[in-house]
Order: sequence, then structure tokens, then C-alpha cells
Amino acid sequence: MLLDVGSLAVMGVTLGAVLGTAAKLLAVPVNPIEEELQNLLPGSQCGQCGFVGCAQYAAALAKGDTPITLCAPGGKATIEALAKRLGVHADADAHEEVGPRVAFINEDLCIGCLRCIGECGSDAIVGAPKQLHTVIADACHACSKCFKICPTEAIEMRPIPQTIAAWHWQKPGEHSAH
Amino acid sequence: MKLFPILGGIHPEYRKELTSEKAIVALPVPKTLYLPLQQHMGAPANTTVDAGDLVKKGQLLAKAQGAISAALHAPTSGRIAAITEMTAPHPSGLPVLTIMLDSDGKDEWAEPMPAIDDPFAASPAEIKARVAEAGIVGMGGATFPSAVKLGLGGQHKLEILLLNGAECEPYLTCDDRVMREFAAQVVDGARIMAHALGAPKVIIAVEDNKPQAVDSLKAEAAKTPNVEVVGVPVQYPMGAERHLTQAVTGRETPARKLTADVGVVVHNVATARAVHQAVRLGRPLVSRVVTVSGGAVAEPKNIEVPLGTRVSELLDFCGGISKEARRIISGGPMMGQPLPSLDVAVVKGTSGILALTQGETNEHASSPCIRCGSCVTYCPCGLVPVEMASYIRNDKLDLAAKIGVQDCVSCGSCSYICPSHIPLVHYFNYAKGKIAALDRERRKNEQTKALVEAHNARLERQAQAKREAAAKAKAAKEAAEAAAAAPQANQQAQPNSAGGANA
Repeated sequence: MLLDVGSLAVMGVTLGAVLGTAAKLLAVPVNPIEEELQNLLPGSQCGQCGFVGCAQYAAALAKGDTPITLCAPGGKATIEALAKRLGVHADADAHEEVGPRVAFINEDLCIGCLRCIGECGSDAIVGAPKQLHTVIADACHACSKCFKICPTEAIEMRPIPQTIAAWHWQKPGEHSAH
Repeated sequence: MKLFPILGGIHPEYRKELTSEKAIVALPVPKTLYLPLQQHMGAPANTTVDAGDLVKKGQLLAKAQGAISAALHAPTSGRIAAITEMTAPHPSGLPVLTIMLDSDGKDEWAEPMPAIDDPFAASPAEIKARVAEAGIVGMGGATFPSAVKLGLGGQHKLEILLLNGAECEPYLTCDDRVMREFAAQVVDGARIMAHALGAPKVIIAVEDNKPQAVDSLKAEAAKTPNVEVVGVPVQYPMGAERHLTQAVTGRETPARKLTADVGVVVHNVATARAVHQAVRLGRPLVSRVVTVSGGAVAEPKNIEVPLGTRVSELLDFCGGISKEARRIISGGPMMGQPLPSLDVAVVKGTSGILALTQGETNEHASSPCIRCGSCVTYCPCGLVPVEMASYIRNDKLDLAAKIGVQDCVSCGSCSYICPSHIPLVHYFNYAKGKIAALDRERRKNEQTKALVEAHNARLERQAQAKREAAAKAKAAKEAAEAAAAAPQANQQAQPNSAGGANA
């Protein structure tokens, strides 16, 4: 009996010590809030905030050296979620809410210069030199990079109209009457 | 026939007596019809006519596009006035592309599709093609293209075609009247569908509160083998596909599966009638029976309505609506949807138009949950509405999904029974829509990520190829230089080497 308890106790203490030391020695220094913030972001890696991707923006947010209103695809909902998590005041009014959008090339203005194709990170634009370019709407994630680089302002970011198939009821109010 | 119990459910006041004895009357063709291109689940139809075209009744106006879609035909003869965006008969009130058809008053049929004289000798594929051609969709309200559903026989071993004549929604009597007045068409249509599905047996299930419908169907069914008519208990939501299957066969459909997975396909009785007309007469779906009822309607009626008729004209035909009208609903009072305006059109899935008074609606301010558990007792899907609603209220949609919010059929029994008037089913409709929207967004993000990765990989490959080419060119150049230098070196070296050799 004593032998059993003793041996188990010794094993427990030894393994515990090993695990404890390993956890200390091999720990990866990650700011846990970074991961949490990244989960709040949409994750489309569009770069519209000016950072390479959502992870980098989350890291900057965790350090507190960037405004929380930079995420365009996330909209007000994301700003509010970030403000709540970081405990800061959100000036959401300054943020212009834009719904889902898609790039559109005005055929009359496109000169076939290929610049937008070079910018596009998701290969959503097709075209050849001095030929009309066009956007594959399904592949476009509205990062606006092509919009910014187009020398003839032939590209506009158009809102994607809501469809009946994608529509759903809003969340009922706390004291909704129906 | 032995029946099986279903879980939960409620017994609302049915109020079917308002219209149940009113025979179906035909609505005179309105001056202008408004035909949305999306009257069904799936992709909108694609127009085959232009503004200004003259069309005959039954002529194709828009054809199905994609795997799940349905064709649209002219409900009368006349001229296409315009094809433009108009408010959809949908609670969102979003615009939908609509064909405006000005009637010429002649109501002249186009050459019908050739009738299939002996459908039981025709191949299932031929029947299916005809049903698709006729633009038939599930007319109980779900509006799923019927031809697609008739194709289930190919992938599943089916035993029973269950024809749904339960009509468990209060007020509605359109299916009741169709079964009473067109029993022969319904039974024939059902047999044709069973043939297309490869299902050996047809069971027509009707709630016990429609004895005349049961009698007339039984008289028809007696003439043919393999068709059985069964009365099922009056219990809302008996007409839900899964619940009817359970009640009649005792087979429970697993979550996220189809009734076809347990060997049963369910179709509505009005769909069977439409199939009969398409196959035997070659006529596409251009009209449907609609119940117009409710306390605010002067003369409630069952009306055969050309598709595209505006709701306001339908109500005028019934003597208009009184001032007490509080809500105008498309469908039944339990699962129906509020209409955005009275100018929207009757579509293939419109089973009823109800104008309800204050006394007929259940509008109360909600109060806090008292934990009575009624919603749990009455939920016909075995879910826990109180818990799901509290998760959804606190934006924990993932937890609500974990306890089955997506298995909710939105029957509204929980909202009906809740003593605190909590809009439970509203929470679930919101959650189901939101979860689907988030899912679409997530898929889009994954797709973007894959595209970006492919793009980066391609750039990397190109850069690599460039580097290799550069390295090669450099090597070649060096080799060439070396080769060019070599003769000189050789020339210079030769004396040396000769000398060396000499040395």
C-alpha cells in the first residue's frame, strides 16, 4: 500500500517537474490578445487597413499603436467588437460603412495597360496588352488596389446588390412585438 | 392503416369554415400581369422574350437556368409591356426582375406541348423533362422545382410517394377544394409522379378535418391499385414533410437528410394536379388556387388565379378589405410571410392571402421567460427553443447551431404557445439566415485565400524560373567567356606549357 502510494507520488512529482520545466523553457512568447483580436477580424487578408494581413493588423492593435477603425470589410460590427475587447472608445461615426463590393471596369475607359492585373492579388482580372480587361466577380474580394492604380479611372468599386436568396430576418429587438 | 405519433405540435383555431364550403371560382384575367423571374428556389429564370413581343397563353417567357431553376410561361395572351425591376412578393421587399404582360382580353392558348397519352409507358426521364418544361414547382409553398425532386428516384431506392394533403395551416382551404373538386386529376398526377420516381406505392395523407376530400379521393383511389388514402390526426404541423412521413410510415428522417433517405418522397396535392395537366394536356403551370380569407376580408373565397395577378386585385375581387385589417400575409397564419405591399404579384408558391384583424393576430409585447418549458414540450422537432433563443439573443450562434437551430422547421409552435410572447421562431429564422450568411462569407474568404496563395505560388515559380534562367545565362556567358578566353589562354599558355613540358 505504502509502496504503491509512494511510487505513484514520486512519478507524479517527477513528471510534473518535467512538464513544468518544459513549459517554462519551451514557451513561445505570444501575446494572447493578438489571437483573440485576429478572430474578431474578417480574415480576408485584403490589406485595406494598410497592413499585410489580418494577423499583422491584430498585432498592431494589440500593441495599441493603430486606430481600430481601419478594417473596411468588417464594418461597424467589427469596430464595436474591437472597441469592446480593447476597452477603448470607438468613433464608429468616422468610419464609412461600405457593404460588400466588387470591382467593375468601365469598358469605354480601359486602355489595356495591365497595371490592375499586376496589382490584383487574387487573379480576379483578366486581359492582355492593349485589350479590354475584365473582372471575374466571383474571385474579386474588393481590396480596391486596382481601383487605386488605374491611370484612366476606369475602375469603380460597385456595391453588390442584396439578393432575395441571401436576405434574412434581422435579430428581433429585446421587446419586439411579434 | 396504422399511424404513428408525432412529437409535440399544437391545435390552433383552424377557422377553415370561412372558405371550406366555397367552391373554386376563376378570377377574370386582370389587365396587366406581373411575373417575377424568381418564383422558385434556385437560380432565377432567364427571359426568352423582349418588351413589345406578342405572346399566347402558355408560351414560354423565361427558361430555367442552372440545375435548380424553373421555367415561366404566359398566364394569358397579350403583349410584353416591359421587363423591369419590381418589388418582390417577399418580406424583404427587395426588387426582382419582373415581366409585365398586358392582356389582350382574348386569353388565347398557344399550341400546347404534345400530350403524353400513356405516361406509364413513357420513361421517367420523359416525365421529368415534361414537368421541368411546364415550370412546375412545389405548390405547398416551398417552391422547390418539382422536376429536380422527381429525379430523386435515380439516387435513392424509393418505396412510397407520399402526397401531402394535410393542409395543417389554419384558414387555408385551397388544397381541400382541389382534392374535393379535382380528385381524379390529383390521383392521376400522383400516379404519374410515382411512375417517374420508381416508387411502387402512393399514399395520400389528408387531415381528418377534411372528410369530404378524403371521400372523393377514396372514390378515385378505388379505381386504381397501389393508391391509398389515409386520414391523419389534426395536429399542427402535420403537413411538414418530415412529420407527415413519420406519422404515416413511422420512419424518422435524420437531421440534414432528405425524406428520400428513408425511402419516401413527399409532394403536395396541387403539384400532382399541375403534373396531370402538364402530362395529359400539355399545359404548363400558369395559374393556381389561392385561398383569400381572414376576418378583414369581406367575402372570403377560393380562387383559381392567373400567376402574376396583383394581391390588391385579388382582394378587390373578394369585396376588398375592411379598416380593421392589421396584417396582410401570404400563406398561412403560422408560417406565412408579411407582404411588403398590396401591389406585389401572386406567384407559384402563394397558397393563401390573409387579411387578419387585430383579434386574429398574436401581437403582444414580450416579457421575460418564466422557464415554464412549454416550448420544449410543444416543439415538434424535439429541440429546446428557450435555450436556443437565449444563445441567439447573446450572439452565440455557434452554440445555438450546436443544439440544433438548423433543424428547426420554423413552424412557429413555440412562439404560439409561449405565455411570455417571446418571438422564438423569429430568433430562429434570424439565426438560420445569419448562420447561412456567415457560412457564405467564410467560403468566400477561403476561396480568396486559395486564390491569393495560388497567385503567390505562381509569382514565386516565375521568380524561380527567372533566377534559374539568369543563372543559366550567367553560366552560359561565363562558359562563352571562358571559351573565348581559352584560345588566348591556350595561345599564351602553349609556349608556357611547352616550356613547362620542356622544363
